[in-house]
Amino acid sequence: MRPIATTRSSSGMPTGLLAVWWVVASEIVIFGGLLGSYIMYRLSHDAWAGEAANTNTEIGLFNTFVLLTSSLFAVLAHKAAEAGDGKKAARLLYYTIGGAVTFVCVKAFEWNMEISHGYTITANTFWSFYYTAAGIHALHVIAGAIIMAIVAKDAAKNLELHRVELIGIYWHFVDIVWIFLFPLLYIAK
Amino acid sequence: MSENSHGNYVKIWGILLVLLIVSYLGPMLEIQIVTLLTAFGIAGVKAYMVAKHFMHVNHVPRFVPYLMVTCLVFMLLFVAGTAPDVYKADGDNWVKPEAEWLYMPPRDDQHGASAHH
Amino acid sequence: MAESITTDAPAPADDHHGHEEQSFWSKYIFSTDHKMIAMQYMFTGIAMAMIGGFMAYAFRMQLAFPGIDVPGFGIVTPANYNALVTNHGAIMIFWVAMPVLIAAFGNYLIPLMCGCDDMVFPKINRLSYQIFLLSAVVLLTSFFVEGGGFGGAWTAYPPLSAKAEYSLTPLGSTIWLVAVALEFVAFLLGGINFITTAMNSRAPGMKLYDIPIVVWMIVIASILFLVSVGPLIAGAIMLLFDQNLGTAFFDPARGGDPILWQHLFWFFGHPEVYVVLLPALGITAEIITVFARKKLFGYRTVLHTTIATGVLSFTVWAHHQFIAGVDPRMAHVFTLTTLLISVPIAEMMFVYIATLYGGSIRLTTPMLWGLAFIAEFLIGGVTGIFLGASGADIYFHDTYFVLAHFHYTFFPIAIIGTYAGLTYWFPKMFGRMMNDRLGKIHFWGTIIPFNFIFIPLFLVGMGGQHRRIYDYSHFPELAVPWMQDIRVLATSALLVMISFQLVFFYNFIVSLRRGEKAGKNPWKANTLEWTTESPPPHGNWKELPTVYRGPYEYSLPDREDDYWPQNEPN
Repeated sequence: MRPIATTRSSSGMPTGLLAVWWVVASEIVIFGGLLGSYIMYRLSHDAWAGEAANTNTEIGLFNTFVLLTSSLFAVLAHKAAEAGDGKKAARLLYYTIGGAVTFVCVKAFEWNMEISHGYTITANTFWSFYYTAAGIHALHVIAGAIIMAIVAKDAAKNLELHRVELIGIYWHFVDIVWIFLFPLLYIAK
Repeated sequence: MSENSHGNYVKIWGILLVLLIVSYLGPMLEIQIVTLLTAFGIAGVKAYMVAKHFMHVNHVPRFVPYLMVTCLVFMLLFVAGTAPDVYKADGDNWVKPEAEWLYMPPRDDQHGASAHH
Repeated sequence: MAESITTDAPAPADDHHGHEEQSFWSKYIFSTDHKMIAMQYMFTGIAMAMIGGFMAYAFRMQLAFPGIDVPGFGIVTPANYNALVTNHGAIMIFWVAMPVLIAAFGNYLIPLMCGCDDMVFPKINRLSYQIFLLSAVVLLTSFFVEGGGFGGAWTAYPPLSAKAEYSLTPLGSTIWLVAVALEFVAFLLGGINFITTAMNSRAPGMKLYDIPIVVWMIVIASILFLVSVGPLIAGAIMLLFDQNLGTAFFDPARGGDPILWQHLFWFFGHPEVYVVLLPALGITAEIITVFARKKLFGYRTVLHTTIATGVLSFTVWAHHQFIAGVDPRMAHVFTLTTLLISVPIAEMMFVYIATLYGGSIRLTTPMLWGLAFIAEFLIGGVTGIFLGASGADIYFHDTYFVLAHFHYTFFPIAIIGTYAGLTYWFPKMFGRMMNDRLGKIHFWGTIIPFNFIFIPLFLVGMGGQHRRIYDYSHFPELAVPWMQDIRVLATSALLVMISFQLVFFYNFIVSLRRGEKAGKNPWKANTLEWTTESPPPHGNWKELPTVYRGPYEYSLPDREDDYWPQNEPN
């Protein structure tokens, strides 16, 4: 069913890889616009330092660790897929999904705690940005985990192994976004 | 994909974790410039390492990293064009009570600002 | 990486061409064929254009004859009026210009002109259309909810868009915003597909400078859209939260900033002008080379100026905000960049005129549309200079001068560009020729009234007539007889123009059934789409073509034919 168009590569890259990089480009500007707005507001509102002091740095630290580790599994899965070992790639992808699930659960726990302390999305524009930025990021984590499950299911049967690399690139990008969210939301106080 | 980028993924991961710890410990010195460096400088380094070693950005054609950097440059452009207005505390028909005017003399203004938190 | 290519092994070719007998649903509704998706986009876009045109009719009638019971619509209330002008703008840009010029022509032309059998991701292509259709349906439902459709202008500036107590459309404004967001998702999916197809799936031998200009333009437009829309997507989420969750991103009373939205919006909104302009310019380039029988004057110049325009278009956005209280020092910068961007566009116009010079011009219907595009867009471009200069703009801002200016850019883009492309590729799309005489009647019946609508509006604009006013009889200095006469003139011209569109639809339907058979290459053009059957079969070619030269080799002195198809071996 795949058209011949998909199998050509005039640009020197496989089609899927090229498209994933374009997806990453479009995500860079979405997060760039959001975080750019946040940074501008942050710099013009000194009072936000006081609000940011109420975020839980240890939870942020743990979640960064989780995402970095899941990225490691993703890249190891890519390596396994390149070697043609679909079973191993699928197993590593499931570990990555485990990281995503852990991340989202910790996030839910953290938000629950903050909301119960009165730091809701309307408490202050800092908190509005906090929930919006982390929420959009968490949506990307969830979407990535779902796609990864589909890729892993095929990879376990040694099908469509090139997709392991593609979802990996997306996953590393989600990781990079968090690498910047962590200092922006948790450390800079 | 060349051989030398293989096999040391775990090592890269270890470096990333060390950097993470440093960025966590940085603010404890309570020197603002150190905090900014350890927080954002290290974030930049980590992002670069992930892009280079995990996303293999140096093994794809050159236009890909250029494209990513171009997107970032456009975002900087957006911030540069927008910042002068967002830093304004008031306009003809509106004020932002919570905002502090960045270019005001720091001393007096800091006191006025810190009054409400 | 070698591994990932081998896992990508091509499916057997007959697998793709095999399904001859298709049900109505799989052939017309759930097709993954790029040509069918192009038609879906085209007809959805045309249907939305009729809705948008009907809205223009309703509010123009109100302006010319305040308080009239508009035939077919009824009394236009102030809330109706706001909803009509808002959605007229949004529909014409997001649901007409974008789907027809980028999605329909992009889907149709990119695989055919690049010599491949389909888009690289046919299923994502289908998904993109389905999301687009959903967005159109969502938009139309916003009229039927409590409070009616959103009336805060297509730019949706807060606080008017953010607070229900100002906009009085608690549901309408949210639904409108959701519809726009869905539309963006559809075009991101479509855009990535276009870019990837043109980058990766070109026919063997087709180098970068052998790609037809229209493909380049659609791809560059898709890239502009992709890069500029990100901040607005973030902003739309922020506005959605302001509307529904009570956040204060854009509420100055609680530390937000309404100007930030304007920046987020126009950082997208200005490149968006070029997103829809470039495909129309590309269509014009194809048409004038074919009907002037001349090589495009300076292929590389056009290409490089297009890229320059694209980059510059990111640096001009705040010229929409000169009186919004932006920093005056930045206003100088943006004036400068705005005047700069007229240079590459002017250069392109000169290139097109130079292409026409000394050609053996055939004034067919598509050629008339192409020439009209150049002439009318020129008026739009030149009047833009007044508005780009911050000093003059302080007077002109939000008057009908602005309105007439951007209609002189968007009408050539969305309407003239569409008619140019549709009349030019009609033989390829449907296998039959359109009636030339009816086409010319329709052409003159559209172009002449168009100028009678908008040139007078420049005059009332210079006279100080503000936009977004429901009934001028409440403003004594704007209700003077000459201004009211001009409003009546513009509305009458609109009625004439709308009635002449019936000629087009008649011509379209009659030609579809009884037009002369077109054959493969009725215009004797060079580009690859003319080397296959009309209409092209599923899979486009029996054997995919190979490219030997650029697309504009017309009237070469040492050749018998005055054209040289790209796929003909030397």
